[in-house]
Amino acid sequence: MPAIGFGTPGAGGTAASVDADITLTVDGEQQRLTVDTRTTLLDTLRERLGNASPKKGCDHGQCGACTVLLDGDRALSCLALAVAHDGAEITTADGLAAGGELHPVQQAFLDRDAFQCGYCTPGQICSAVGVLDEVRRGWPSHASEDLTADPELTHDEVAERMSGNLCRCGAYANIVPAVQQAGGMA
Amino acid sequence: MKPFAFARPADVAEAVRTVAAEPDAVFLGGGTNLVDLLKLGVARPDRVVDVRRLTSREITDTADGGLRIGAAVTNSELAADRRVRERYPVLAQALLAGATGQLRNLATVGGNPLQRTRCVYFTDVSTPCNKREPGTGCSAVGGYTRYHAVLGVDAALPDASAPKTCIATHPSDMAVALAVLDAQVQVLGPGGARTMPFGELHRLPGDDPTRDTVLEHGELITAVDLPPLPAGARSAYRKVRDRASYAFALVSVAAVVADGEVRLALGGVAHKPWRATRAEEVLAGGPVTEHAVRHAMDVELTAAQPQPGIDGGNGFKIPLVTRTVVATVRDLTSEVPA
Ligand SMILES: Cc1cc2nc3c(=O)[nH]c(=O)nc-3n(C[C@H](O)[C@H](O)[C@H](O)COP(=O)(O)OP(=O)(O)OC[C@H]3O[C@@H](n4cnc5c(N)ncnc54)[C@H](O)[C@@H]3O)c2cc1C
Ligand code: SF4
Ligand code: FES
Ligand code: FES
Repeated sequence: MPAIGFGTPGAGGTAASVDADITLTVDGEQQRLTVDTRTTLLDTLRERLGNASPKKGCDHGQCGACTVLLDGDRALSCLALAVAHDGAEITTADGLAAGGELHPVQQAFLDRDAFQCGYCTPGQICSAVGVLDEVRRGWPSHASEDLTADPELTHDEVAERMSGNLCRCGAYANIVPAVQQAGGMA
Repeated sequence: MKPFAFARPADVAEAVRTVAAEPDAVFLGGGTNLVDLLKLGVARPDRVVDVRRLTSREITDTADGGLRIGAAVTNSELAADRRVRERYPVLAQALLAGATGQLRNLATVGGNPLQRTRCVYFTDVSTPCNKREPGTGCSAVGGYTRYHAVLGVDAALPDASAPKTCIATHPSDMAVALAVLDAQVQVLGPGGARTMPFGELHRLPGDDPTRDTVLEHGELITAVDLPPLPAGARSAYRKVRDRASYAFALVSVAAVVADGEVRLALGGVAHKPWRATRAEEVLAGGPVTEHAVRHAMDVELTAAQPQPGIDGGNGFKIPLVTRTVVATVRDLTSEVPA
């Protein structure tokens, strides 16, 4: 990574906004754009790239509606500065169905009726994709009784791992089985 | 949000020089705390210096049988590391009890111990707060104190209008585990590199509540070292919170039990991760019975100062932290190790 710098504040600080040139790969498409250094990934996706699948629930890391896959791992796009993730590969819930075929997690959410209003759903789905990958890699959770054993997709494991995605409609009772189904457990 | 310049220098030395040269420059790790505070107007830097891709993202074995953890290692990666899960369960458990998967994937080992307090007045720029605006007073005194300190505060009830008062707690779970593990912090500053015991990183508010740690402006955490635990040592982290998941600690306990030694660190009770050295001294060499642990905690908590508050205050933390210590130590001493 070459060194980069945008803006040169003087003694009194920067009065005007500072622009930064970045490149992101979003749902498989490379995007070059100029963003204010203050722009989050969430606002870049929604306001600049017109991808409204990540939602702005709280904008403070407290709800999970903005969850995307960032370089393969689930992450909150509302607390990530776009300029700090220059070069990143991002997959949104929209991009999971590339080619028109639903991702197994998306299909499981339909099969299990795992949403009502749907506002939290894109974040839930990206988070679930991340959870299944973390379980495959053998990552433990707070619900794992044995930290050194390979985790299983029990109800408690799924509920704990998905706790960062709030659902105001309370569809949790169907979200847990959907994640288990997508993980081949039910 | 105030505009800011952004830099990602070529290496850590240049990052340190850049921040040291400007009073209002800050480092950026995963951003999960700093970006929130930028939005709230609590952090108002002129320049943000991204160090996430400059510090090490590796966990390596050290010659003494411990581990060195690079500052850019994420909280998720650290909790998932086999060596950490097997040798330092207290650390894996503390990490997994903190925040959520989406946050832990961003949060770094350098940024986590330096996250700011979750005091609701600190994050609300419309209220007086000595930590955010020196000399304005402390809105927490007599306000919402459920998440505030009982240890390390003056024996007299704090004065809300006094310019140095602060009863905030440090919110990190990981930091409580690092305190009990006698970790060492590797720091690079404008004057060179230094190593300090993790237990000396954080400070009490004292005469300057704006400072959470002893780090000078421009000092960068580059790594955290874990010494090996004594042979046969067992360790655990226990966190009590208002929800089963995705909530900060009301109180938490990190414990290490080894032959003739009990080490205890407490979270959610003070401005810093609180190493319970008085209780440790009482327990040293003696039998680790429930009675002994209760007595040791009574000694530790003699100077505790519960805070009244409009939410009922935080006096509940005093019996709660003792019960949590008793339960944690009981689990560590009663189970047959696998
Ligand atoms: C909703 C929510 C719930 C949470 N729950 C918990 C919880 O239960 N338990 C818990 O422990 N935490 C919790 N967190 C906090 C989270 O763990 C921290 O925000 C995170 O660990 C900070 O790491 P970071 O790398 O993102 O830091 P950043 O936000 O990048 O930085 C934090 C601070 O450290 C400085 N900094 C960063 N890296 C370095 C470095 N290498 N050297 C020197 N200074 C540096 C920055 O300038 C900044 O001041 C929660 C956060 C949110 C938003
Ligand atoms: S407790 Fe500390 S952080 Fe909270 S309002 Fe008082 S001075 Fe500010
Ligand atoms: S919008 Fe990001 S967590 Fe709520
Ligand atoms: S389906 Fe409505 S918020 Fe989750």
